[in-house]
Amino acid sequence: MIRFLLNEKLVTIKDAPADLTVLNYLRERLKMTGTKEGCASGDCGACTVVLAELSGLEASGLHYRAINSCVTFLSALHGKQLITIEHLASGKNQLHPVQQAMIDHHGSQCGFCTPGFVMSTFALYHSADSVSRDDVVHSLSGNLCRCTGYRPIIDAALDSCNQEAKDQFITNEKHTVEQLSKLAGQTDAGTQGILMPTTSKEMAEALSQHPDSRLVAGSTDLALEVTQQLSSINTLISVAAMTEMKKVSVNEHELSIGAACPINDISAIFLQYFPSLSEIVERFASLPIRNQATLGGNIANASPIGDMPPVLIALQAKVILDKGDNQRTVPLSDFFTGYKQTVLEQGEWVHSIVIPLSSANTQIRAYKISKRNEDDISAVCAVFSLTTENNKVTAIHSGFGGVAATPTRCDQLRDLVGRNWADADTMALGQQALIDVFTPIDDVRASAEYRKNMLGNLWHRFWLETHTQESMIPVRVDSVLEGAAHA
Amino acid sequence: MRKLIDIPANTASYQADKKSKKHESAIRQVGGGARYVDDIPEPANLMHGAIGISQCAAGKITHIDLTKVKESEGVIDVILAEDVPGHIDIAPVFDGDPVLAHHEIKFHGQAVFAVLADSVTNARKAALKALIEVDEATPVLTVAEAKDKHSTVRPPHYMSMGNVDEALARAEFVVSDSVSVCGQEHLYLEGQVSMAIPEEEDRMFVYTSSQHPSEVQKLVAEVLDTSLNKVVVDMRRMGGGFGGKETQAAQWACIAALLASRNQCAVKVRLPRQQDMIVTGKRHPFENSYTMGFSAEGVIAGVSHSINGNCGHSPDLSDAIVDRAMFHADNCYFLNNCDIAGHRLKTNQVSHTAYRGFGGPQGMIMAEAVMDKIARTTGLDPLTVRKRNLYSNENGSVTPYGMDIEHHLVADLIAQLEQSSDYWQRRKAIAEFNKTSPVIKKGLALTPIKFGISFTAKHLNQAGALLHIYTDGSIQINHGGTEMGQGLHTKIAQVVAHEFGVDMDVIEVTSTRTDKVPNTSPTAASSGSDLNGKAAQNACLIVKQRLAEFYVLEVLKQAADVIENVTFEQGHIVLDDNKMPFVELVQQAYFGRVSLSASGFYKTPKIHYNRETGKGRPFFYFAYGASVSEVSVDTLTGEHKVDRVDILHDVGASLNPAIDIGQIEGGFIQGMGWLTTEELKWDDSGKLMSNNLATYKIPAIGDTPRIFNVDLYDRANEEDTIYHSKAVGEPPFMLAMSVWCAIKDAISSIADYGIDPKLDTPATPERVFNAIQQMKGQQQ
Repeated sequence: MIRFLLNEKLVTIKDAPADLTVLNYLRERLKMTGTKEGCASGDCGACTVVLAELSGLEASGLHYRAINSCVTFLSALHGKQLITIEHLASGKNQLHPVQQAMIDHHGSQCGFCTPGFVMSTFALYHSADSVSRDDVVHSLSGNLCRCTGYRPIIDAALDSCNQEAKDQFITNEKHTVEQLSKLAGQTDAGTQGILMPTTSKEMAEALSQHPDSRLVAGSTDLALEVTQQLSSINTLISVAAMTEMKKVSVNEHELSIGAACPINDISAIFLQYFPSLSEIVERFASLPIRNQATLGGNIANASPIGDMPPVLIALQAKVILDKGDNQRTVPLSDFFTGYKQTVLEQGEWVHSIVIPLSSANTQIRAYKISKRNEDDISAVCAVFSLTTENNKVTAIHSGFGGVAATPTRCDQLRDLVGRNWADADTMALGQQALIDVFTPIDDVRASAEYRKNMLGNLWHRFWLETHTQESMIPVRVDSVLEGAAHA
Repeated sequence: MRKLIDIPANTASYQADKKSKKHESAIRQVGGGARYVDDIPEPANLMHGAIGISQCAAGKITHIDLTKVKESEGVIDVILAEDVPGHIDIAPVFDGDPVLAHHEIKFHGQAVFAVLADSVTNARKAALKALIEVDEATPVLTVAEAKDKHSTVRPPHYMSMGNVDEALARAEFVVSDSVSVCGQEHLYLEGQVSMAIPEEEDRMFVYTSSQHPSEVQKLVAEVLDTSLNKVVVDMRRMGGGFGGKETQAAQWACIAALLASRNQCAVKVRLPRQQDMIVTGKRHPFENSYTMGFSAEGVIAGVSHSINGNCGHSPDLSDAIVDRAMFHADNCYFLNNCDIAGHRLKTNQVSHTAYRGFGGPQGMIMAEAVMDKIARTTGLDPLTVRKRNLYSNENGSVTPYGMDIEHHLVADLIAQLEQSSDYWQRRKAIAEFNKTSPVIKKGLALTPIKFGISFTAKHLNQAGALLHIYTDGSIQINHGGTEMGQGLHTKIAQVVAHEFGVDMDVIEVTSTRTDKVPNTSPTAASSGSDLNGKAAQNACLIVKQRLAEFYVLEVLKQAADVIENVTFEQGHIVLDDNKMPFVELVQQAYFGRVSLSASGFYKTPKIHYNRETGKGRPFFYFAYGASVSEVSVDTLTGEHKVDRVDILHDVGASLNPAIDIGQIEGGFIQGMGWLTTEELKWDDSGKLMSNNLATYKIPAIGDTPRIFNVDLYDRANEEDTIYHSKAVGEPPFMLAMSVWCAIKDAISSIADYGIDPKLDTPATPERVFNAIQQMKGQQQ
């Protein structure tokens, strides 16, 4: 069975369709209509709810996580507290500080997106005692508003989230933690249609007994098959209880990340070792998606436009594939075999990702071109990793998305090894190689020609950013945000 | 009523009239308690409708096989056009919009049949199972093809002033250019939805998310072949409209009503997002061009505009939309001599429709294109050129359609903004920056707007309201306008509270219902508070007169000639030293058998337009504004960012500054989306490719400029509008033209501002990059 707290109430679900989304569970089954459906694809945030869960080993409290209920299956609720908009006010005239600030700043117009914004802001309210405008933007990047232009919403979030967090959720925290702790020890997790194995052995068994089942982690992509293509999934095997797939470890050579780790949970440690990649991590979908979507999922679904595979290919990452009785290691660049095709065999799954740490004289940059900065899919993603010694290129690795049927790399750039990186000819040679190697296609996001041009120009940008230490010219629109005109 | 409720001890609860009242639904909106149509508790016998749509753009339907649809799980009924008992055509003005495709497919995604099932999912799954055979024809997909084939939905319209040929012959410079002006998906967060509930015999009750309940009522009656008085439409609030629920909401209400009537059960039709984006009309894309002559001083001698709207497959509202584009091709500038031709092209696309600005933006952008072109040709600063061409007593004050501009606000408004935004200092700093920055270029632009307020279809400029005062002193007001987030109900409640001198808390604005106020106009053309505010005020005035008469004659026993001195303030009726709490007055009036209910009516004065001559006064007044945008453009990729925006906007004497600023900021960002990230793409077969939120990108929170200064221009409307306020819904949308012009400014810096970049819209990174490449090519 699946057991969770719906606001304060313990709910036990013994039987429900495996592919029932949390949004439809709330709206259709419970008639709790405060949570809205705007797109049913995780793109607008009108359906945002918050999951509170035990913080983990060292911390004793609760961790609050905003998620898109429209692309979340019930299995994700197990052992957690699901908080919905109806539960925020503590009494008839006692609005939550986040709600009150939205009113005071005139943050709602048509009001349809408002419950989602309030829930995302509520999660932020519980995440830090002081937040900046950038924090607000990152936290609300998955919530679309068509009426206000966002300014009053930003003001409302800054106002409420910079107050000391003091609400009934904090007052009740001890009690909630106790209740969730009891659920955590429960052994009969899952239902007939939702399997929740806890070990590799159980996972392998589940996969062999249910060959038609689907493996689910964050569900942010899989759920679209249900909500958009209207297909049914009768059996889901969830990785939610696979603790070994949620481990992160690091030694002096490599960083190992369990495939079931949500992107947001590993971003801090990832950026600790690869600080220059913060932009690509922050621009990976939206925070509610990063709160659910896992690194393993982003790799295993083998989309040509996923954001992490180009990064990981450039970092020469390897994936550990598990089958229960044996594991094998495959370089990520060999993992993808075609459009949405991988080397994964029947009964095999991505267990973890191993990323070699880079040396001090390696410079890494990841660039993403899209129509919108926040929560958009790359027209082109280009990642470069360059190692030099006294300006001489000693190694060069790359990863690309959006320019071929799979995430890929450009081996021809290795021909630059031995050349002087400060030399403009080196840049030009690499640029020509990139333009010659790829034959991207036209689609809704960009033309083939533009993609080709971007391969060359993002390389040019990389060179501008890395070939000299002196008086670097601005090469990013963000870098001159408060530029010359406001000096 | 035998006994009235007790009057509370403290009746002096009236608070000072703070104008920036919160949105009337704000508390319910932030708590999830504000009900939209899909949130209304469902009737016990509710079933769900879904539509099946065409997979090609043009042709004759030869066969429809619904066998598998009917066999699908949970299916109750399936209907085709032939099953409609009344009118099949539900077009708003001119014929052409069948409720379900009738013999012919006119666009990719046209609704062909509707299915009723026991759940949303079963209905939607069943709708995918039909086999629709079509003898396909070659679709017309672009304005150019439509022009070649003389494919139009309505005849062209022309406006003319002076003699353009002579003016061009004598002008120092003559240049021609074109701009491809993009369409736009409304992307209201709440998708299209209706719920129809059959009532006794052939009566029908409909909940809908519509800007035009009266039209939904009429069309539901027509498809059901019944009379209007048997159909009631209720509309409490929309989760956004923006024009996309002016005509586009009716089809789903009609389909729900048809299925409900046939099966005698309640029916809800709610479109999934992707289908919503495919099957509903959008902002019209336009392909516009001009030839103009001007002097070395940058003053226009004459211009000939060709305005070409892509109307899609049917007229819908396109006649008025292309007219409005023509009415705004001058923007704030005196054109001296001009010809404006407006063409309404018919293509095999969804029928394009109303969208905030209603064609105005697509015409107005041409005026700004013209200004930039003059600046780049003469070497003058674009702001200097704009100022030199403004309507004024010196330049000229007559529009191409013969309307005299009586009040020249915009020069002063620009002057104030120029100063507050520090335009010239920043202009200098940006020029310096660009000299030393080879990759990132900055751009700056100030653009004004002038937007005509009134429906150009004269008869729509009327409104009604229904006022009830109850014996506890609480007041209900109902009016013909609809609430879509713009704060109309809040403003109406403020009007009523102000008229009676009572607190906002005692005013309840009820859902818009066709059985309360009949024959209403759509809430559109920014007219909501202008029309309904006046109608509500008129209803108040009627009851106030009765109450004043009663108070003077029956309570004070004074002579009738002092009635006009009675006032309503701070929760009391007041005459000289006499005063009585409002609640007590109401109760006494009830016992005195005074009617405490009235309906108010309003029609806009002064307006007229002769379509034969292309002359008249189509607008009661104009709303003005101006904005300054500063952008950074990456010349390697075409990526750009809006760094700072300053806006000064004219709302007359604001009814509610917080709500008005909300409209200005929201309109600006929506306009910025239209001109930058929001790209509609159709493939070669006419299928919409940008059909979901993953492929169609509206502005997100990070797109809001970090520096965003918005101020209201302090001046009451000269015309007698409600408390001398001005309409605010649409005009600020066009302030975003400054973003487009600033991007062009940044690009033109590459050629030392000597070449006007060719930048069609939306200015996506790819288009900006191409414009940069083109400019670099021209330089060499």
